[in-house]
Amino acid sequence: MTDATDAGELRRRTAELLAAYPPATTDRLDFLRARFDAGLAWVHFPEGLGGLGAPRSLQPVVDAELAAAGAPDNDPRRIGIGLGMAAPTVLEYGTEEQKRRFLRPLWTGEEVWCQLFSEPGAGSDLAALGTRAVRDGDGEGWVVNGQKVWTSSAHLARWAILIARTDADVPKHRGITYFVCDMTDPGVEVRPLRQITGEAEFNEVFLTDVRIPDAHRLGGIGDGWRVAQTTLNNERVAIGGMRLPREGGMIGPVAKTWRERPELRTPDLHQRLLTLWVEAEAARLTGERLRQQLVAGQPGPEGAGMKLGFARLNQQISGLEVELLGEEGLLYDDWTMRRPELVDFTGRDAGYRYLRSKGNSIEGGTSEVLLNIVAERVLGLPSEPRTDKDVAWKDLSR
Amino acid sequence: MSTQPDLLYSEDEVALRAAVRDLLTDHCDAPGVIARTESGTPHDRSLWKALTEGMGLAGLLVPEERGGQGATHREAAVVLEELGRAAAPVPYLTSAVVATEALLECGNDELLAELASGRTVGALAVALNVAPDGAHRTVRLENGALHGELTGIADAAAADVLLVPADDGGLYAVAADAATVTPQVSLDLTRPVATVVLDGAPGTRLGEAGPAVRRALRAGAGLLASEQLGLADWCLTETVRYLKERKQFNRPVGGFQALKHRLAQLWLEVVNLRAAARNAADALATGSGDTGLAVAVAQAYAAPVAVRAAEEALQLHGGIGMTWEHPVHLYLKRAKADSIAYGTAGRHRAALAELVDLQAP
Repeated sequence: MTDATDAGELRRRTAELLAAYPPATTDRLDFLRARFDAGLAWVHFPEGLGGLGAPRSLQPVVDAELAAAGAPDNDPRRIGIGLGMAAPTVLEYGTEEQKRRFLRPLWTGEEVWCQLFSEPGAGSDLAALGTRAVRDGDGEGWVVNGQKVWTSSAHLARWAILIARTDADVPKHRGITYFVCDMTDPGVEVRPLRQITGEAEFNEVFLTDVRIPDAHRLGGIGDGWRVAQTTLNNERVAIGGMRLPREGGMIGPVAKTWRERPELRTPDLHQRLLTLWVEAEAARLTGERLRQQLVAGQPGPEGAGMKLGFARLNQQISGLEVELLGEEGLLYDDWTMRRPELVDFTGRDAGYRYLRSKGNSIEGGTSEVLLNIVAERVLGLPSEPRTDKDVAWKDLSR
Repeated sequence: MSTQPDLLYSEDEVALRAAVRDLLTDHCDAPGVIARTESGTPHDRSLWKALTEGMGLAGLLVPEERGGQGATHREAAVVLEELGRAAAPVPYLTSAVVATEALLECGNDELLAELASGRTVGALAVALNVAPDGAHRTVRLENGALHGELTGIADAAAADVLLVPADDGGLYAVAADAATVTPQVSLDLTRPVATVVLDGAPGTRLGEAGPAVRRALRAGAGLLASEQLGLADWCLTETVRYLKERKQFNRPVGGFQALKHRLAQLWLEVVNLRAAARNAADALATGSGDTGLAVAVAQAYAAPVAVRAAEEALQLHGGIGMTWEHPVHLYLKRAKADSIAYGTAGRHRAALAELVDLQAP
């Protein structure tokens, strides 16, 4: 087998793929499937599963060649949960059969995935979740009942990664099991969850006697919390490490408005804008430094703070922007209930940005929990006192 | 060629940091620095000798063929991080960076080589608060001799030679012996300022003052951010260490969430400051077209973070932080003075407004 771990070999294989499946004359899905089968989907995945066991840092080599040739991509923003969270978890904990069944259509986007983790009663304290999975009569599978919330793409998804309680008599972290849930099961009911922006980017998912075969369990029974850590760690990797140009984030639109509309300027807004511009640039440089550390193989703890910084900046900058707009700041573009497929924090108008960014300090770990994580894991300060560690889940107060 | 700044530390830079830190651990302890502030010689000459004659650090910015080490602002920034961490009372920023940059612009190789060796300490006779684009005072040139009084000159008391801007637009080298240098009672005990009185002092004209002063102050402002980074990092690290050890209510104080969150927030700001300071040092080192912007961003960000780090350190230390004996006051005084040095954050934001076209109303 040829060594595929260098850039030259990856370019050669990419050229081969392009020759066999010219993008101009190949159906989009056929091309994506062929790319997966050639091991060029995610090169760091194993052979036979869309990869070549090559270093992850070489993926941009393939992506650049394909983009230059006008090849279709798999619309990664539409299938972010599958790519960023489900796939690494299936790869790490799935059986051979599960990997072969799930990864190819996940990567090509033929099957959309969603995540059934948070519950109305289990937000920051996710491990307290109460959705129950019990063995069905013949012991071949599981029956699931409960309610999940903040599920993006649930209305489009074919599959979900799900964590549910399989043992209520042990402390909360130990009684959880991780499953792949079929979203077409008749017991799955998806209801849009309307947000303060007027639209419904997320859903509530009600699970009533949903049947899951045991073959769709990921990892051991009662081992779901550990499996979920893989998912959640990958979520945080996906959030850090992006490369932004100067003014590439939320500061861009407000800087543009400032330049184009001198009549809106006041001395107070000027000082605040410049202060936020400096902070946004410092945060951008931190992101770039983090990226350079990853490329150099020296990951630092800096990534833990990226989301904290961007949440606060997004909120303050968009708040300033609404104020800058004066009379227009009194308006909002559209309150109509809509179901966007893609979420763009900087999309739409200033009012939307202001309202949507309120979620940035809640989703993916609240800023308060993230500050605890930085304090404990980076600075080594003592952990929060725990009163739930040795108590059976069924005896916890709720 | 990459247009991205290199924001990491190279292996050589890491080794340099370790060597400087070792030296400071052995020769610059806090009780000694505190005691020295009230002695007649606030500057530590033996430490300066070890850093310069021993390690050659005064010549980092000077090319080898002109008597220096031929390194760059990136290495000087690493030295400054460590000096900031120790609140070391040595004229490194003022002599090895600011005065040296002025001489590099003027092209006086003899004096430049003397400063690079560290045997001569230089000070630019421009008040410490002046920003790179700011106006500064000059002395009168009359019949070939210099007359006038300048105030707020950092580290002048340690200087052997003063670089003095005169009213003919020239920059003059004046031997410190030929001037009257009087220490001012300074907020920052470890980088004190002084008045310089020239009463018919002889001076050697080095060149045009304008570009030399601008260049010197720009490098000073940019690399001060690295010193502020070291200072802020000391405040954070020392406070975290103390709060793990200090017990009240039968538990380590560092376990209280209100304090954990404040320290985590400070950590985040120090992380951002590191990126901004590395960006400025790299821009100065590579002569990037973005240097003015990188320096303005670094200074506008660094000053408030360093002050906050020192203020948080003091508050979170409780009563002990308010004592003369504990070193946190050295850092608070340095951080507050640094927030004025080479232009306040507000001055740098104003410079930025021009550079990135975010014009005032």
